[in-house]
Amino acid sequence: MNRTERRKLVSNVMLSLTGMCAFLTVSTLFLILGYLLWNGGRSVDWAFFTQLPKPPGETGGGMANAIVGSGLIVGMAALIGVPIGFLGGIYLSEFGGKTLSFFVRYTADLLNGVPSIVIGIFAWTVVVVPTRTFSAFAAALSLAVMLIPIGLRSTEQFLRSVPTALREGSLALGASKWRTIASVVVPAATKGILTGMILGVARIAGETAPLLFTAMNNQFWSSGFNEPVATLPVMIYTHAISPYEDWHRQAWAAGLVLLGMVLIANILARFILSRGAASQRA
Amino acid sequence: MATTSAAPAPSHGRAHSFLGRLRNGDEAAHLITLMFACSVLAIALLLIYELWIHSSLSRRQFGFHFFFTQVWDPIAGQFGALPFIYGTLVTSILALVIAVPLGLGAAIYLAELAPARLSNVLTFLVELLAAVPSVIYGLLAFFSLVPILRNYVEPFLKSTLGFLPIFQGPIYGVGFLAAGLILAIMTFPFIISICREALLEVPREQREAALALGATKWESTWQVVVPYAKLGIMGSVFLGLARALGETMAVTMVIGNDPRIKASLFAPGYTIAAVIANEFTEATGDLYLNSLIELGLVLFLITMIINAGARLLIIATTKKGSARD
Repeated sequence: MNRTERRKLVSNVMLSLTGMCAFLTVSTLFLILGYLLWNGGRSVDWAFFTQLPKPPGETGGGMANAIVGSGLIVGMAALIGVPIGFLGGIYLSEFGGKTLSFFVRYTADLLNGVPSIVIGIFAWTVVVVPTRTFSAFAAALSLAVMLIPIGLRSTEQFLRSVPTALREGSLALGASKWRTIASVVVPAATKGILTGMILGVARIAGETAPLLFTAMNNQFWSSGFNEPVATLPVMIYTHAISPYEDWHRQAWAAGLVLLGMVLIANILARFILSRGAASQRA
Repeated sequence: MATTSAAPAPSHGRAHSFLGRLRNGDEAAHLITLMFACSVLAIALLLIYELWIHSSLSRRQFGFHFFFTQVWDPIAGQFGALPFIYGTLVTSILALVIAVPLGLGAAIYLAELAPARLSNVLTFLVELLAAVPSVIYGLLAFFSLVPILRNYVEPFLKSTLGFLPIFQGPIYGVGFLAAGLILAIMTFPFIISICREALLEVPREQREAALALGATKWESTWQVVVPYAKLGIMGSVFLGLARALGETMAVTMVIGNDPRIKASLFAPGYTIAAVIANEFTEATGDLYLNSLIELGLVLFLITMIINAGARLLIIATTKKGSARD
């Protein structure tokens, strides 16, 4: 085998190896999905969505309270986080000077990288300590803190991609700057911003660590914002590490439901964005 | 007298014109959005302040010894961070050792080789993989990865590579190896997507020049394209490291929760994030709580420093890429 042949062989071997890396990594997604469907598919039934958890030892029951609790907390977090991220993003893209924008952008990226458990401690010190109770609000605040940097950066990114000519056209017609932003720039980027926000909400919906000592857990319905709340991710955790067979079954079902919702939100976001790109090209 | 009575007049005038500008709408919009943008800075500062204040008790009690003490004994009131720092570093480095070659390989395939359509589909699947919640990885690791490790992988490693100290000792299934593996699976989506972007930033001419000189496809990729994108690739490694260090749920479920330092990868250990997750709500006494919050502060600072470096590297590569185009 001469030198050229050897080089070609090395090239082909290495390139097929990279292909194997790619398919190996992607296959884990199908492995995860398949395994969850296999273990949890049978347990996702009507009772799972309508009943309260049964005490250990008894079979049956569901996670209705955790589904509602998760929805409530994620909804509250979105109500706090989305407007702040959105308006902050408008500042970065439309008003920001150089230095301050750089700091805000950099801080947002760093905040995005803060381990979620640390954000949980933060929400605990700010809300749980003064109010002396675990609460849905503390949990929502911790999730909002995680959502703000994501929303801010994605809003900024999609506003920036709006062509300057659109802004100039509006300003030339005599519109003021905020009118231009509100009626021209933001509508042109709506699909992108919406996509970013859906992705952000999907990400915080699966977060568990910050909920452990803000929302805590609850086997029953919670009657207000000032007491521990059950959430789907925390339920998965506590049920999985429990020694009861029937709780494991419930954990798989909850895992399947949570993953299903997160993946659907991601696919939906992708769909909105690709439709937006298609209509812009047309 | 005269000066004091004259002073308010100009300030009143300024306020008037300021209000006038507010009425215009632009200034109001500017100020309101500025306020929201600055809320990010406020949150970050408040976060540091709260962690600092709430860990004061343990900082005063233990000082720097906190980082070098191996004992974690809540009953005796002795708290040392060393086993947790050790566990966090070992699991994260193990994760990177596995995830970086795999992730870089996959990124090369996605950026350089795969047909556009296939590459788009695979990239989308990688993004979905990055969106899978950490507790679900934990669920899978707890019920499938740990038994596989206990029954097949670890006995095999022990019988073949058992002469190495890292593959000795009793087999539990849970431990450093399980945590490192699940962290590797969780970090490679991030490594792939950032490496892929860094590789795509490399100008086309670089590849063409290498190929024109007679390099094979692999030589052009490995000796020209990858070195050109090396800052971005390093950035992705650091970002992956920061993710792995702070990862909580999946690790908590498979690490074994044993605050001792062992050389063996089969041994159960503990990480900073895991001990906070497990013991925070059960911590009795202020010193115990303060020690846990100080651990949180340590984790925060480590991930911040690594993230800051990674972001700078990534900013540097994208600037370099756009400047040469």
